Amino acid sequence: MSSDTAALPAAPHPRTAALRRLTLTELTLFMRERVSIIWGIGFPLVLLIIFGNIPGFRKPVSPAAPRVSLLDSYVPILLAFVLAMIALNVLPPVLAGYREKGVLRRLSATPVGAVRVLAAQLIVDAGMTAVTMIALLVMARLAFSVAFPRQPAEFALAVLLGALALLSLGLLLASVLPTSRGANAAGAILFFPMMFFAGLWLPIAAMPTALRHVSHATPLGAAVQAMTDAWQGHWHPLYLLILAGYALAFAVAAGRLFRWE
Amino acid sequence: MTTAIEVQGLTKQYAGATVVRDVSFTVEHGEIFGIIGPNGAGKSTTVECIEGLRKPDAGHISVLGLNPGRDRDELRQRLGVQLQDAELPQRLRVGEALRLYSSFYPAPADWRALMEMLGLTAKQKTQFGKLSGGQRQRLSIALALAGRPEVVVLDELTTGLDPQARRDTWALIEGVRDRGTTIVLVTHFMEEAERLCDRVAVFDSGRIVALDTPATLAAGADAGQRIRFRPDRPLDEAALLALPEVRGVQRRGDQVTVTGTGAVLNAVTTLLARRGIVARQLRVDQASLEDAFVALIGRHH
Repeated sequence: MSSDTAALPAAPHPRTAALRRLTLTELTLFMRERVSIIWGIGFPLVLLIIFGNIPGFRKPVSPAAPRVSLLDSYVPILLAFVLAMIALNVLPPVLAGYREKGVLRRLSATPVGAVRVLAAQLIVDAGMTAVTMIALLVMARLAFSVAFPRQPAEFALAVLLGALALLSLGLLLASVLPTSRGANAAGAILFFPMMFFAGLWLPIAAMPTALRHVSHATPLGAAVQAMTDAWQGHWHPLYLLILAGYALAFAVAAGRLFRWE
Repeated sequence: MTTAIEVQGLTKQYAGATVVRDVSFTVEHGEIFGIIGPNGAGKSTTVECIEGLRKPDAGHISVLGLNPGRDRDELRQRLGVQLQDAELPQRLRVGEALRLYSSFYPAPADWRALMEMLGLTAKQKTQFGKLSGGQRQRLSIALALAGRPEVVVLDELTTGLDPQARRDTWALIEGVRDRGTTIVLVTHFMEEAERLCDRVAVFDSGRIVALDTPATLAAGADAGQRIRFRPDRPLDEAALLALPEVRGVQRRGDQVTVTGTGAVLNAVTTLLARRGIVARQLRVDQASLEDAFVALIGRHH
């Protein structure tokens, strides 16, 4: 039988090769889900174009900060939108579906194990988030003259911690919800209130004091505030701490509650 | 032959209920070992313990000299599995799935050759969600063979296949065995076990109630043989019943049915010949594994 004689030579690091192949496969599958692509990447960019073409958005938000336009303050919100979209609406249904359909169980009977498909999925989601965020930043800069963040390192840290908090929340949803359908619904239900507190409809700076405090205590609200601060050259470690706390809590809970079958 | 799998005193409980109790058997290298039994008999749980997917509550398992719990990593390189109800991502294509799974193993089979062998080459670019039941089953067999395993465990190999696809799959499995792979086959089709398996373990309520070759199991069944014929002249039933090999005589119209064990056919034809009776439309039915199975399982319920 030919498969006995024509065996491929063993790769030097089969597990690394397997993770690479898994990641490529997950990326291919992600691209094949056209709906989630349009949703995850297209929508925030469309919002940016719409907002950028509304004249009112070019005016300063408040007399106190004459150099910050409404559009400037919306870019962190759109970045948070990308994060929440992928972490809440893409990741949980995919992973819950993999468990529901026995995909994870089948993988745990192979040498690579199911942990690597989890890793591959996270790599793809994090990569997609990064690419979309960069596209958004570049378009905002080139098309609408939105300045880049004034404190790039703090901004990057805010994005990283925000991504960790949101992706861990996505993992937690995938851990506790048994079906793809349930995870999809839970993600969508969480998405809108979280985007509200992120300032999508009413920017955080314009919220009443009590609402603003609530907003700062939510993962997405804290992420938007931390990004905005870094953008405008401020430094408030509190929001980064909140994000780190959420990331840790969600990751620990997901780690404890996750089931392979 | 040497031992490929050894199971001793395997016991597994779920939520207080014992689903496998004190099960012991061995599988030799190069044999096709069948596990049959009704639903809920503990077949899948047993093979999942062998695969290292479940941890036994008691007992000892050795697969290729490895402990499935402790030596998981090494075992998974040498053991291929086909699981019940395990799907692939809906949009994953056949070729992609095979290539992905062969990347998992240190010395994989050539996935293109595997695809050819299972008749999936024409479906290389078809997504999993668009495959028929038979195609999915063939793909799952191909994936079980992707790592060139020494032992393959196939759970519900041909469930959901049409008769032709089932026969094709059987031929395929015989081909795999002929290359020296040891196969454990979980099934509830007696015909499948009879055709493929060298030995069969009959499971019922978490125990092995019989373990032997399909032929021996069938021969040992209470059903024995059944002889049907139409005598050309009236026949004395008492004379038939007086034969030690005969257990029962039934008459329906002019057809006589004799059941019995051992050399019953010889005894009946000798009697008929001595009396000058011609038996028209003579038919002899051997007890099948299915009869044996029904007898074995029936005894326990």
